[in-house]
Amino acid sequence: MNSAGKLRSYIVCGVCLLGILLAAPNILPVSFLNKLPSWFPKDIIYLGLDLSGGSHLLMEVDIDYADQERLSQVAQEIRQTLRKSGVGFSDLPHTVKLGDKVLKFRLNDPTQAAQAHSVLSSVDHDSSVSINGENVEITHTDASKQVMYREIVDKSIEIIRRRIDASGTREPVITRQGADRILVQIPGVQDPARVKALIGRTAKLTFRLVEASAPELSSRPTTSAIGTGYQYLPHADGSGYIAIKNQAMVGGDMLTDARQEYDEFNRSQVSFKFNNIGAKRFAKVTRENVGKRFAIVLDGKVISAPVIQEAITGGSGRITSSHFSAQEASDLALLLRAGALPAPLKAVEERTVGPGLGADSIKAGTVATIIAIVFVALFMILVYGWFGVIASIAVVFNIVLLIAALSCLQATLTLPGIAGIALTVGMAVDANVLINERIREELRSGAKPRQAVDAGYQRAFSSILDSNLTTLFGTACLYVFGSGSIRGFAVTLSLGILASMFTAITLTRLIVDHWYLKGSRQQNIAF
Amino acid sequence: MNLILIPHDTKIGFIKSRFITFAIFGLLALVSVLSLTIRGVNYGIDFKGGYLLEVRSHEKPDIGAMRENLSKLDFGSVTLQGLGSGNDVLIRISDTGLSSPKDREAMLGKIKSALGDIEYRRVESVGPQIGQELVTDGIYAGIVSLLLILIYIWFRFEWQFAVCGILSLLNDGLATLGFYGIFHSFEFNTNALIAILTVMGYSINDAVVIFDRIRENMRKLNNKNLTEIIDKSINETLSRTILTSATTVLALLILYLFGGEVIASFSMPILFGIVVGTFSSICLAAPMLIYTGAEKVIKSGETAGTFN
Repeated sequence: MNSAGKLRSYIVCGVCLLGILLAAPNILPVSFLNKLPSWFPKDIIYLGLDLSGGSHLLMEVDIDYADQERLSQVAQEIRQTLRKSGVGFSDLPHTVKLGDKVLKFRLNDPTQAAQAHSVLSSVDHDSSVSINGENVEITHTDASKQVMYREIVDKSIEIIRRRIDASGTREPVITRQGADRILVQIPGVQDPARVKALIGRTAKLTFRLVEASAPELSSRPTTSAIGTGYQYLPHADGSGYIAIKNQAMVGGDMLTDARQEYDEFNRSQVSFKFNNIGAKRFAKVTRENVGKRFAIVLDGKVISAPVIQEAITGGSGRITSSHFSAQEASDLALLLRAGALPAPLKAVEERTVGPGLGADSIKAGTVATIIAIVFVALFMILVYGWFGVIASIAVVFNIVLLIAALSCLQATLTLPGIAGIALTVGMAVDANVLINERIREELRSGAKPRQAVDAGYQRAFSSILDSNLTTLFGTACLYVFGSGSIRGFAVTLSLGILASMFTAITLTRLIVDHWYLKGSRQQNIAF
Repeated sequence: MNLILIPHDTKIGFIKSRFITFAIFGLLALVSVLSLTIRGVNYGIDFKGGYLLEVRSHEKPDIGAMRENLSKLDFGSVTLQGLGSGNDVLIRISDTGLSSPKDREAMLGKIKSALGDIEYRRVESVGPQIGQELVTDGIYAGIVSLLLILIYIWFRFEWQFAVCGILSLLNDGLATLGFYGIFHSFEFNTNALIAILTVMGYSINDAVVIFDRIRENMRKLNNKNLTEIIDKSINETLSRTILTSATTVLALLILYLFGGEVIASFSMPILFGIVVGTFSSICLAAPMLIYTGAEKVIKSGETAGTFN
């Protein structure tokens, strides 16, 4: 044997040994792994949530709400800017309706159109202003909306991470999905409802004055009854509706801290501290409005609306509600500390797998794979005799290498991925079948064993390459365009194909050359 | 003594009997299209939205009582299915217009209280808008992989091979889709998309091996006509085709029997598709070549090279 051939043998053996080493941590007990030196690779296959158990939540930004918020802001700015520049207008809505995409109002004097246009254009660079006579329409461009959604998603991811971290949940995976979605994956969560409550709540806190001139109502008021500058909001305890001014005096973004505490009657409450600006503003508002009611509004609901007894100058306060449980209060404190979401998120997809089911799936998949290997090996031995034994060794190493690759690449193994492994077992013998059939053909046409083996490997090579590369292209597309479990499947199948090309061509050749083609078999092989 | 599945010197006239096999494939395609247009597929919650719960009770569950309790909740459709171990029940509930996530959550609460004290092994709730995107993604993945495969075969072989390969692959994809149209107990979900794309991947793999032999024989035997070359090539590779399919079918069958509920529902359609794919590479992809003018390619001796 020449030196290049020797080198090749060493490389093949080296790869196989490395495969065993990298795959081993998956079956070795943790206590044993911990004793091994630090350089020893300890990565094990990363299991998808469908196998490890956990919650998978796909959250979507409430686009209508985001549009509404933005238009409301623009409306407010327009009101101020137009007044300042002396342009008269009417019908500019105080509250933008959910789902509105266009802001419409009228100019009192159509001759001011040009002036109005230049003033309005300076308000918001991302909006397009169209003035037709006295009618003004303001819309946001699609590009600017995309930017806005992206910003909202970025901010939301940050806040979700803070909230989940604060709740003590380990290793959440929070990723952007498409333009307006966030995927939250939390392994091993026992109570997904609580996590969802933490993620899904906007937690937008505002302090606003109560409109004293409007009576409290027991049911939702009709739209026509609402005056300007305030709106009816429901009490959080469901006891009715109260008129709250639109303008927020102080917001939750000015908080520096929030804690759950107990009051003197052992009821839960949330105490909070303002930052400097918040404290000053809070002091000013309370000083100027002693005797009036001040509402604490959380996500559009009034938690409480106490009467201001005196100016509150200390920069801190507390939120009390008759029905706070300790858990609710501590969740609210956590939400306030982490900050408000820029827009509400809704769960469009929610999948929770209990730890028991995942473990059962792994067990079933492992059993099925082992049985498949055994049966395929038996079948190959029946058909090809010793060459079948060699092919079976290749299949076993194929799976070992696949597990090693999955472990060190830290690709996610999902339930369809297990099917991918079993499918690999079935297809892994294909290259060997091609080679063995060729060897048989060569032997039949009178070739000597070594010649037949050489020709068999050589001739089958182009078939193996073409057929496997075509399949690889297919699976690569699955990876690029698929998501979640489709990707897991594509990775597993691609790695399986690559491993099978390696073991079927190089490993079996090595075994055939060094072990099988010795002694009498050089002259005559039973096939 | 080795087991011989297929004798080495078969001389089956695949081209001669092509009208019979083409007719069978045509019929299969027709049945698939008809079943899909008339019956459609049984979309899972991935596509139409709804709930899927897998529960385990401590003693034998009373499925009838569970069904009754759930149907009191006024849903579109509720299906319950006992699973392997006997204590497990799979519950599927389609979402009847509960598009708002809040409604869905409230409904989930009602479902849970209707079922009483029970272990939840899996709880899934999907909004209806997800499905459309899954379909679009799947179609994208399908089209792009088809194009890549087409280009690869075109470069490594000839465009005639690429066209026949793709047509046969489409046939197998359609047949697998048709499987979902006929057997509504197999739910069409994300895994179904994976199943179809897997079948297509396997089918082209199978066809390429035969193409490879045809290409080789075209170069070697340029005194023969295309019909003879194709027949000879299919016969020469027949043993390999059947053997590899047999091991793959064997592995999938074991997966179906031992892999648990979800894997089983996924491996059966692949199993069906691979059987169809095996026959289509033998009786459809290769015989179709005679209609593409590949004859001229042999005469001019311009087949693309191999890596040998």
